[in-house]
Amino acid sequence: MDEAVAYLDDSRNVSAYAGEARVEDYLALLKPRVMSLVVFTAFVGLVIAPGVINPVLAVIAIFCIAVGAGGSGALNMWYDADIDAVMSRTMNRPVPNGRVSPGEALVFGLILSGFSVVLLGLATNWVAGGLLAFTIFFYAVIYTMWLKRSTPQNIVIGGAAGAFPPMVGWAAVTGSVTIESVVLFLIIFLWTPPHFWALALYKQGDYQAAGVPMMPNVVGETSTRRQIFVYSILLAASALAPTLLGFAGWLYTAVAVVTGVSFVALAWRLLVAEDGAPMRKTARQLFQYSLSYLFIVFLALLTDTVLTRMGGWF
Amino acid sequence: MTESRNVPVETSNEAARKKAQRRRSIAIALALAGFALIFYILTIAKMGPALFDRAL
Repeated sequence: MDEAVAYLDDSRNVSAYAGEARVEDYLALLKPRVMSLVVFTAFVGLVIAPGVINPVLAVIAIFCIAVGAGGSGALNMWYDADIDAVMSRTMNRPVPNGRVSPGEALVFGLILSGFSVVLLGLATNWVAGGLLAFTIFFYAVIYTMWLKRSTPQNIVIGGAAGAFPPMVGWAAVTGSVTIESVVLFLIIFLWTPPHFWALALYKQGDYQAAGVPMMPNVVGETSTRRQIFVYSILLAASALAPTLLGFAGWLYTAVAVVTGVSFVALAWRLLVAEDGAPMRKTARQLFQYSLSYLFIVFLALLTDTVLTRMGGWF
Repeated sequence: MTESRNVPVETSNEAARKKAQRRRSIAIALALAGFALIFYILTIAKMGPALFDRAL
């Protein structure tokens, strides 16, 4: 806890790199890799939503969602600087390495968050603006400040923050939340636990050192692998919901079935893998596959919808 | 001797700091210009074709 306080104290960092923050350091605060997935899923939600939106406003809406995601990323890095400093994956982030002070990260995050919400509300509608505001609040406050350090269910509940973007994109067009947009939310929500627990299985030393109660550290590897398998089945099943609800065709269905079965098969391999290196290797494979999985499923949904609109594909 | 060795390091740090500050200033200027441009484009897009529906 002393360490946490120390990293929230500006004076500690100012001594080393004061005034040397590069533009790239501020861009790193936006978590560009996370932002890319957010932008893509929001774009899919926006395109497949029924209705018409001015293309210029659509571009502005996606820009706002990207900036909102970046702002929440900066708020996350502000608050988590103490634990980022002890994890190998995050120790070179701008706040723990001292290039950007915690106060600067906080102000940067707040300005971007406020700007993105207001602009989205003005450009599209206030349902979308409100949803974006709630997403930022959920990620920065509910997940980062509360759940992350207090429960092994942190990324299960906190995963909702990453699941909202397609719903925001959908709302930007329709001005509402419907069952279809909830299904998009559900797919990402159920994808989050196997994705992050696979990472936690081969990086659990990091989380242990930082005192973050990730599932493998709290309930052990065996139970985590069992839960990953269950969530994988739920994920593969939820990915079929667009077909069952009638807003996806055969192209999407085929892709969802093949990628879903592969996901479950990989989760099964992880479940039965030998402890130690074989388990960590399979966990890493599942983590990497899960990244491709989400991209492929949403790309298939986008392609299916566009082809159908272009003239009755399938 | 130690002092003379330190001087170039401090000068170098100062130069790096000034360079970083200049780049940050340019980035802020570009961000502000972009902000104004986005609101201008947004306004035009929201007004739509009605923008030209007036007596000249």
